[in-house]
Amino acid sequence: MSLDSVFPLFILATSLVPGLIIFFLPESAVRTRISLNMGGALIKVFLVGIVIWGVFNGHHYETRLPFLPGLDLVLRIGALSILFVTLSTGLWLVTTVYAIGYLEDSPHRSRFFGFFSLCVTATIGIALAGNLITFLLFYELLTLATYPLIVHRGTEEARHAGRTYLVYTIMGGALLLIGTVWLYGITGSLEFVHRGFVSAIVDTHRSSLIIIFVLLIAGLGVKAALLPFHGWLPQAMVAPAPVSALLHAVAVVKAGAFGIVRVVHDVYGVEVAVSLGVTLPLAVLAAVTIIYGSVRALFQDDLKRRLAFSTVSQVSYITLGIAVAGPIATIGGLVHLVHQGVMKITLFFCAGNLAETLGIHKISEMNGVGRRMPWTMAAFTIGAFGMIGAPPLAGFVSKWYLGLGALDAGQDWVIFVLAGSSLLNAAYFLPVLHAAWFKEPVGQWPHEHIFGRMETAWALLLPPVFTAFLSVALGLFASVPFSPLEWARFVTSLEFAP
Amino acid sequence: MAFFYALTGVALFTLGLYALIIYAHLMRKILAINIMGSGVFLVLVALAARTQTVPDPVPHAMVITGIVVAVSATALALALMLRLLEVSGCEELAEEPKE
Amino acid sequence: MLTMQVQNVPWLVIVITLPLVGSLLCFLLPQQAKKLGLMTAFTIAASLIGLLFQVLDQGAQRYTVGGWDAPLGINLYVDGLSLLLLLMTALVGLGISVYATAYFNRDKTVYYWPLWLLLWSALNALFLSADLFNLYVCLELLGLSAVALVAIAGGADALGAAIRYLLVSLLGSLFYLLGVALIYHSVASVDIIIVAERIDATPPILAAMGLMSAGLLFKTALFPMHFWLPPAHANAPAPVSALLSALVVKASFYILLRLWLDVFPLPQEVLGQFLGLLGAAAVIWGGVQALRQTRLKMLIAYSTVAQIGYLFIAFPLATSIAWKGALYLLLSHALAKSAMFMAAGNILHFGGHDTILKLDRVAQRLPLTVAAFSLAGVSIMGLPPSGGFIGKWLLLNAALQAGEWWWALVLIGGGLLSAGYIFKVVGFAFTQTEASHEVHHVPAAMQWTAFMMALAAILVGLIAPWPLALMDIGLPFEMVVNKGSNG
Repeated sequence: MSLDSVFPLFILATSLVPGLIIFFLPESAVRTRISLNMGGALIKVFLVGIVIWGVFNGHHYETRLPFLPGLDLVLRIGALSILFVTLSTGLWLVTTVYAIGYLEDSPHRSRFFGFFSLCVTATIGIALAGNLITFLLFYELLTLATYPLIVHRGTEEARHAGRTYLVYTIMGGALLLIGTVWLYGITGSLEFVHRGFVSAIVDTHRSSLIIIFVLLIAGLGVKAALLPFHGWLPQAMVAPAPVSALLHAVAVVKAGAFGIVRVVHDVYGVEVAVSLGVTLPLAVLAAVTIIYGSVRALFQDDLKRRLAFSTVSQVSYITLGIAVAGPIATIGGLVHLVHQGVMKITLFFCAGNLAETLGIHKISEMNGVGRRMPWTMAAFTIGAFGMIGAPPLAGFVSKWYLGLGALDAGQDWVIFVLAGSSLLNAAYFLPVLHAAWFKEPVGQWPHEHIFGRMETAWALLLPPVFTAFLSVALGLFASVPFSPLEWARFVTSLEFAP
Repeated sequence: MAFFYALTGVALFTLGLYALIIYAHLMRKILAINIMGSGVFLVLVALAARTQTVPDPVPHAMVITGIVVAVSATALALALMLRLLEVSGCEELAEEPKE
Repeated sequence: MLTMQVQNVPWLVIVITLPLVGSLLCFLLPQQAKKLGLMTAFTIAASLIGLLFQVLDQGAQRYTVGGWDAPLGINLYVDGLSLLLLLMTALVGLGISVYATAYFNRDKTVYYWPLWLLLWSALNALFLSADLFNLYVCLELLGLSAVALVAIAGGADALGAAIRYLLVSLLGSLFYLLGVALIYHSVASVDIIIVAERIDATPPILAAMGLMSAGLLFKTALFPMHFWLPPAHANAPAPVSALLSALVVKASFYILLRLWLDVFPLPQEVLGQFLGLLGAAAVIWGGVQALRQTRLKMLIAYSTVAQIGYLFIAFPLATSIAWKGALYLLLSHALAKSAMFMAAGNILHFGGHDTILKLDRVAQRLPLTVAAFSLAGVSIMGLPPSGGFIGKWLLLNAALQAGEWWWALVLIGGGLLSAGYIFKVVGFAFTQTEASHEVHHVPAAMQWTAFMMALAAILVGLIAPWPLALMDIGLPFEMVVNKGSNG
């Protein structure tokens, strides 16, 4: 049992152990809870840093535990895992700070933070999963950990949203399970391998493999908010803002998208997937989702719902990049995994600030809020422009690679989708910015809290400012070593190299 | 001869089963179970006589055990029935389980 | 030295006589019943550890009681399968005993403990019996004590349910006994090994097969012979509901499994498919009915009906993986279902009712109980990580390997239905009702045992290789190939 073989478990433990302890803390133990949360998050960042350095120096981190006859529970830290783990870890730290500020004096914080930590544990588990069964285990665990967060407020609306969420995710889980068992039955293995592990049976089991692909993508597409499985996402907005931020930028939707990447790259392999003819339909579905999400976003007055449909649209960029199946497009899709996360979380943080400080939930209430909350709206502006794809922000980098990749792979129609989507993004974001900065406020804010001289609590202000700054940095310094872009390049090279 | 007894046993078993299903009154159901039991015991005894010239004692032992069990079970059933009568005034089982 | 001594102790006999003695003591000394009962529970668990070590070291064990061998004497036999069920009974039994010490008031306690320990000894004896008639005796003992336990609650509902249960139980036993009679007529023995060697597919044997199966199916409450179960399990006191759903119905299933593996002559394709079909019907019917219930305990009882259906899907598949999957489901269900009934008992104690719509934020007031229910629910739904997932995975694999994929659909469908009724309860546990009700404090012992049982159901899903290896001791699943070969 070398250190390398238990390291992945340590990384999981940094959120699992605090979470389990927090469940048993009384409501009043605020400082203990905060220290556990922050401590766990910081240690996890530290450990991930060590692991990145370790992988760079040739360490092989893998935990193997016997689980079923013939199948182990495998946690492996590879290049793709690091991309997702870093995103999750970094954003968890930021969201923890935000959540502590947001939920101050709210009831049931112990329960909330307990499940919050479980949620992150599940996401890290998904990132580190080394085979499909481990992935499945943590994927379902994520469903179970996020449900209590959605129904946290205990209102009828929350219960209803929770029920919708469950209907979608449990069915998705069932499809994923059937696909996995079937795949195991015909291949005898579920280990993730670069270029996939089904090439030996492509000729003999062609139709089975196609159906299994559909099942797996459908199961994953629920969390990834792929049409027509996206219905739960706008309804889940009833949850508190930190939940929306974490779920929709980091945990749930990214887990689904990440799963799709795993299936296409490490289960089937890009060449096999293309030869089976499944990548083009997937690309088309992703494209339709992109346009549909943006169109629906245009008609929402509730700010979080507009952002939710924007997420539906934006996450499918990742799927599109993977499905176009060329190396450059893949880079675009993978790097968007990180960039979209950072930009979207900024937007949700800002939405939460508006709701918490001024009681604003609708866009029609946002007139002139830029003057009242300049820092928040500045961060929002950066995030919005990033979504639109304006240089030099992070969103521009991913769209650039997607577009270039589409041309490179001979899928010119994708350019139109990207252009159209950017226009739509502008159409639903610019009016918001215009109203916030250039219009006069209409009467009193719905429900104002004063936070001293600052526009809002520092715990609510710092996270969005930080992530907005990050959105700029990721765009400006995209070619720096160890940037998400360089890492995405590295991952793609493993998949496509001759 | 023994075969005739065995057939009778089966007939008793079937009669008892029919009565158990058809009648609603608990006393009749309990009696029906007893008759079914007697039928099975008769079959066992008949089979004991069939195998060799000297009757096989093993089925006899089984019957004795069975009778003991039947007596205890009947006692329990009667006690329950009386208690049910006391509590609810009804000697028949309710048709559907109450919600 | 100590291990040598431990190996030679007749643990088989101790495991049966301990609860019997305990039951008698509790009956004779009613004032001390609670303490004696709890002590007995712990000593039974300890002696089972002894048996575990003995079997791990020496393999399957056979013991001839009193030195009198078959056909007149009673043989006891333990292999991996029996041992697994004995351990399951001990673990669940321990939890239920602790729960019961806090649950019952002074009046009911004196009735509960002698009956419960009697039932436990019947279970242990049943899992260790090596001949068909002994199984009959154990079945009867089990049935009578179970019926009496149901009647403890005392109201008209409980008494009616108890009588119905008694009549069905006796009906099942008589069918079984008639089958034993026919088998004895054909092979002149009731010892399982001897019967297996001599048996052949003649009409009396086939009739016996049908009769015995029917009788055992009544007792296991397989659809459509399940009608007695929901009222009995729902109207009994919570610890009794727990032991009924978790343990008692499994005993007749175990007998059927033994008969299938060891006694019934090959081949049983048709009967296997038929049992699978009934199992599928049970899964669907039980799930749908559970969704419709307004009372929590009735919901849980119908969930039992559905979960029993899963077990029978192994019969048409009949491979080692299928049996192991069914047994893993059986084990997880025992832990999870006892946790659920205990949780329901807590909720009932807390608010005086168990109406689902009016759970009134129980999630906040009884967090440990709701956690117990939810964790148990995870196992019932077959979601990872839990024992239920392991069982489901194994059965899914077995179904796809055999090419009979429709059973896989039944398993998945059943999982979706159970998600429906589990989350229905959990969802209402978060929401508020208009009128609050008066609340009573729930003892810590009750809350924690429910939680520990549920946690065990989850943990059993993480240690799967060990119970699966345990099941193979004595090769219980290999016998399918060998028997019936001697004409």
